[in-house]
Amino acid sequence: MRRPGTRTVLLGVLVVSLLLAGVVSFYAASAPDGLTKVSQDQGFADTETDHAAGDGPFAGYGSSFISDERLSGGVAGVVGVLVVLALAGGLTLLVRRRGEPADQPVDQPADEPVDQDR
Amino acid sequence: MHVPDGFLDAPTSVGTGVVAAAAVGLALRGARRELDDRTAPLAGLVAAFVFATQMLNFPVAAGTTGHLMGGAIAAVLVGPWTGVLCTSVVFVVQALLFADGGITALGTNIVLMGVVTCAVGWGVFRLLQAVLPKRVSMVPLAAGIGAFVSVPAAALVFVGLYAVGGVAPLPLDNLTTAMLGVHLLIGVGEGVITFLAVGSIIAVRPDLVHGARRVLAQRTLEVRTSPTASAA
Repeated sequence: MRRPGTRTVLLGVLVVSLLLAGVVSFYAASAPDGLTKVSQDQGFADTETDHAAGDGPFAGYGSSFISDERLSGGVAGVVGVLVVLALAGGLTLLVRRRGEPADQPVDQPADEPVDQDR
Repeated sequence: MHVPDGFLDAPTSVGTGVVAAAAVGLALRGARRELDDRTAPLAGLVAAFVFATQMLNFPVAAGTTGHLMGGAIAAVLVGPWTGVLCTSVVFVVQALLFADGGITALGTNIVLMGVVTCAVGWGVFRLLQAVLPKRVSMVPLAAGIGAFVSVPAAALVFVGLYAVGGVAPLPLDNLTTAMLGVHLLIGVGEGVITFLAVGSIIAVRPDLVHGARRVLAQRTLEVRTSPTASAA
């Protein structure tokens, strides 16, 4: 079996992330998360203070400029994925070792596939 | 488990901010050893994947939900230091752009859901790797169990922080029981998602998975030395 090239795998992760944040997130459960629920049950939920960025265009994973609920959340999710990708991708590309392999205990596996897609 | 503004007092929030900044600083150095031209592109995508899955709350019990924290999955896929960087970026974007997790609590959230889950997830993963058979197929299992443990661990650290700087006075044993109970359940979800996601990459390209490097290297070594090894 020919293994998929690195670019195919990376593209796959990107497509899955965009679909999860842009489409599937609409169907996520909306009940309070573990900490929020505990804070309500234990009686310290009201110590939460207003969020300084609470009026932003994407606050609460919605797009304030889109009225359709599904589209509003989907656009916010896609924007989030792309912003995180740009920042984390940029940061890790800056930090990486250029032109030399990172620490490996022993040399590369012999069956290392070459990039098929160029 | 995004901590909002106001749960912890200012000195505690400053303290976690300092710890988070130091951890990110160390991670910037450590990640350099983990990232090269071949592995660096995956790191940004792992951060994007963690962000996406954090939008997917799943029900865990009556009236409550949980979502992936992602430290363990990132640590196993791209390395623990890189994992701290990836999850930290996610929490910064969530706090500033989506108002999820307080801005004064940013350090707290990076420590709890980034540093603790990466450290515990990776630590348990490496421990299991030492005792489980040295096979690539064991990597997703060890990652999943590491992820499962990392969530209640983060919940316990939250209780510790709350004991130091919680704004409302609370009986800590009640808080501990409540936090551990719900986060053990969320941990099961974390473990399953981590097992599936790491398993998917392992199935197609195990060489891209940081946590599989030692196993792959060993496998290559065994093949090359098999004539002498069988004699010994």
